[in-house]
Amino acid sequence: MIELKVNDQIQQVDVEADTPLLWVIREQLNLVGTKFGCGMAQCGACTVHLNGQPIRSCVTPISAVAGQAITTIEGIADDSGKLSKVQQAWIDEQVPQCGYCQSGQIMSAVALLKSNPNPSDSDIDAAMSGNVCRCGMYGRIKKAIKNAASI
Amino acid sequence: MSKLTRRAFLTAGLIVSGGLMVGVGIRPGHRTPKLAKFMEHDDEVLVNTWVKLLPDNSVTVIVSHAEMGQGAQSALAIMLADEMDVDWDSVTIEEAPAHDEYANFHMAREFILPGKMPNFLNQTINGVFLTISKLIALQVTGGSFSVRSTGERGMRVAGAAARELLVQAAAQEWQVAVSEVRAEKSVLYHDASNRSAPYIKFAKIAAQQQGPEFPTLKTPEQFNLMGNEDIQRLDIPEKVDGTAKFGIDVVLPGMKYATVKTSPVFGSNIESIDGAAAEKMKGVIKVVNLGNGVGVIADSYWQAKKAIAAVNVTYSRGEWDNTDSESIMAQFRVDMDKAVANSDEKEDLSEGDARSVIKSAAKVITAEYSVPYLAHVTMEPMNSTALVKDGNIEVWGGTQNPLGVKAAIAEYLDIDAENVVVNNVYLGGGFGRRAMPDYSIQAVKLANALPGVPVKMIWSREEDVQHDFYRPAIVSRFKAALGDSGLPIAWENQYVDKHEPKEAPYIPYQVDNQFVHYTESPTHIPFGAWRSVDHSQHAFFTESFIDELAHEANQDVLYYRRKLLQSEPRYLKVLDAIAKMSDWDSALPVGWGRGVAIHGSFNSIVAEVVEVDMSGGSIIVNKVFCVADAGFAYCPNAFRAQMESGIIFGLSAALYGEITIKNGAVMQSNLHDYKMLRMDTAPDIYVEIINSGERTGGAGEPGTPPIAPALTNAIFAATGNRIRDLPVKIS
Repeated sequence: MIELKVNDQIQQVDVEADTPLLWVIREQLNLVGTKFGCGMAQCGACTVHLNGQPIRSCVTPISAVAGQAITTIEGIADDSGKLSKVQQAWIDEQVPQCGYCQSGQIMSAVALLKSNPNPSDSDIDAAMSGNVCRCGMYGRIKKAIKNAASI
Repeated sequence: MSKLTRRAFLTAGLIVSGGLMVGVGIRPGHRTPKLAKFMEHDDEVLVNTWVKLLPDNSVTVIVSHAEMGQGAQSALAIMLADEMDVDWDSVTIEEAPAHDEYANFHMAREFILPGKMPNFLNQTINGVFLTISKLIALQVTGGSFSVRSTGERGMRVAGAAARELLVQAAAQEWQVAVSEVRAEKSVLYHDASNRSAPYIKFAKIAAQQQGPEFPTLKTPEQFNLMGNEDIQRLDIPEKVDGTAKFGIDVVLPGMKYATVKTSPVFGSNIESIDGAAAEKMKGVIKVVNLGNGVGVIADSYWQAKKAIAAVNVTYSRGEWDNTDSESIMAQFRVDMDKAVANSDEKEDLSEGDARSVIKSAAKVITAEYSVPYLAHVTMEPMNSTALVKDGNIEVWGGTQNPLGVKAAIAEYLDIDAENVVVNNVYLGGGFGRRAMPDYSIQAVKLANALPGVPVKMIWSREEDVQHDFYRPAIVSRFKAALGDSGLPIAWENQYVDKHEPKEAPYIPYQVDNQFVHYTESPTHIPFGAWRSVDHSQHAFFTESFIDELAHEANQDVLYYRRKLLQSEPRYLKVLDAIAKMSDWDSALPVGWGRGVAIHGSFNSIVAEVVEVDMSGGSIIVNKVFCVADAGFAYCPNAFRAQMESGIIFGLSAALYGEITIKNGAVMQSNLHDYKMLRMDTAPDIYVEIINSGERTGGAGEPGTPPIAPALTNAIFAATGNRIRDLPVKIS
């Protein structure tokens, strides 16, 4: 049994130690908002927070995060269920198309704004270039991040 | 085949000519068994197959197109809701299941006849009838067709008919003239007597009425939702909180997980398979021989993925084992030469006598271009979940073609299609890839090996890149003769392999003598429709070559095009708009270049200007300007998003996209070697919409074709380096 704290809840999972965090979140914990895209940390669709820092869960073995705090897309709204300002900005800018990459995009953006509340264009480029959006909504994502930063 | 006939429509009393499935009026006691499934509660009334009015006066719009990001479901709902005058905040969307009620060619043929349709539709039918039937009858989402076919011929007509029925019903109930009843936001009003009541109060009476044969549609100045900048897509909230369900997110009780590995060389099959070691691994349930590949079913995806690497497989040797990209391109060139030498050209378009003019011309320009194979690489890798139980099959997943999947599964298992249920969910990208049923069939093969247990099959990204249906590699050759004014007087174009749409290689420019022909040169690489299909490569060829002609003629490339578009006012307007928007005549810094391209596809005309900075030796795409005339943009914000998306998609392909073949197999495997634009390389994009009022065009695809030539034309303007082969390789 491996113990994790996911979205503030203690969870125990019985999986092989090399199982990537992504598949534990999705299949054992049924939190399917975090997506599988490439399996080699190239696309960012699987981004979650480990102790507040964005990581690619598809290449993170569960054994490496035992006992630590994980936050997924399901855990970033506030306690009353209100969307985070980043999520709201995503709606205001009508960012998603297919939407598949957006959980990862939002997790990267939330982490960016936490460490840098007022990012420049190049800060955004640096923080977000690990997240691919095949629908190509980069302009809208950038605008949404700036909008969220100004709230 | 459905038993619904015209008589059935009339009996149902809700006829509305012009839409494919609109007007199938259903009320309790008058349901076909299949449509009855839509109505879960007795107090619901299905006004027609496209719209359901619920007891709380809210409205569910049933759409027959998949949502893969293009916003089609919201756009279709908007079209219906506006015509029906319903409260937008009360609208939800339900995707139509794969039933032939939504795809009935015979019904279409009976009802899409000139003279039996609202006037605005008559002019649009000729010439496109067959295509519409083909696409809609198959319930396919593709060809940028959702809004301009289902939307205009189905949703708007259905919405207007539903509103008229409700107004009639209210007039009858209140004993007043129909003209005195007013509809607004799902409420009917009789102002003179100060009466009002919600739609639902009249639904049952409405369903018993004879429907209008020609419902009156709104004119643009009456639109509330259509064309409205502020309307938001209905699918977006669930796509920001992680609750949107894609195929890969389907969870069923007792479900097992699977992954597959298909033969690297297309067309080769398993010769021997040894799964003993894999089957001993933890969590592994079964190793399955799929014929052309192997599958592993396990308790979790990770266990299946680890186990599949432990299966020993040998594949049959085939005639393609020595094929590579170079041999394919060489084959194309040999076949093209042969076709000309043997006068075996397949004529595509012939006007005047291009060859004679070129033969005797003083100035002849020639060029050869090529594009490589391209993969789709949707963000969501292919996946499908299937359950085989008591001779019935149920599958869950994202598909652009639910009826095609249903038919393919029925054929594969040799069972009646009635026993196959296809549940479609959100697609994590389609771009043409998810029009193919291959991955759904694979899931069924796996589930068939484990009857009674739902099996979710997920492809690795490697499998996804290496077992796609590819945008074909193409070689295209041109010859043109320039007249005294420098304008072309003859145009010859030969290319390999023609797919769809037919008009993709045709130019809008006035050239009196044209000969366009193609040569078939088959390969073993599976062909697939890739966002805009043939348009994506032909726009690169034709818009590059016209640029070359302008340079040869020593004329400005944009004004050169303008001279050749004098008889094409729609193109001219778009070209003039992009010139103004991009400040075409202004100077750029040293080392920068500006390139233009214009191309019509799916009845939309799109011009793009790229500004590229080559001053540092590498390519920096700074800005893209885009002007699009799609007739009318029903959802302007979503339409702009489609242009932005098409541009990024096409730029990724032009800058990086290349699938290469070695020993018969695809060499690329994941995003590290099949690259695409990211935040730091994506340009700023500016989109301007022209609502010309012309016949409505598509949105999902037309933004893609002009971007590659606009880019390479800009690179030429900056450096003098003409890119004739994609992707762009700057040495």
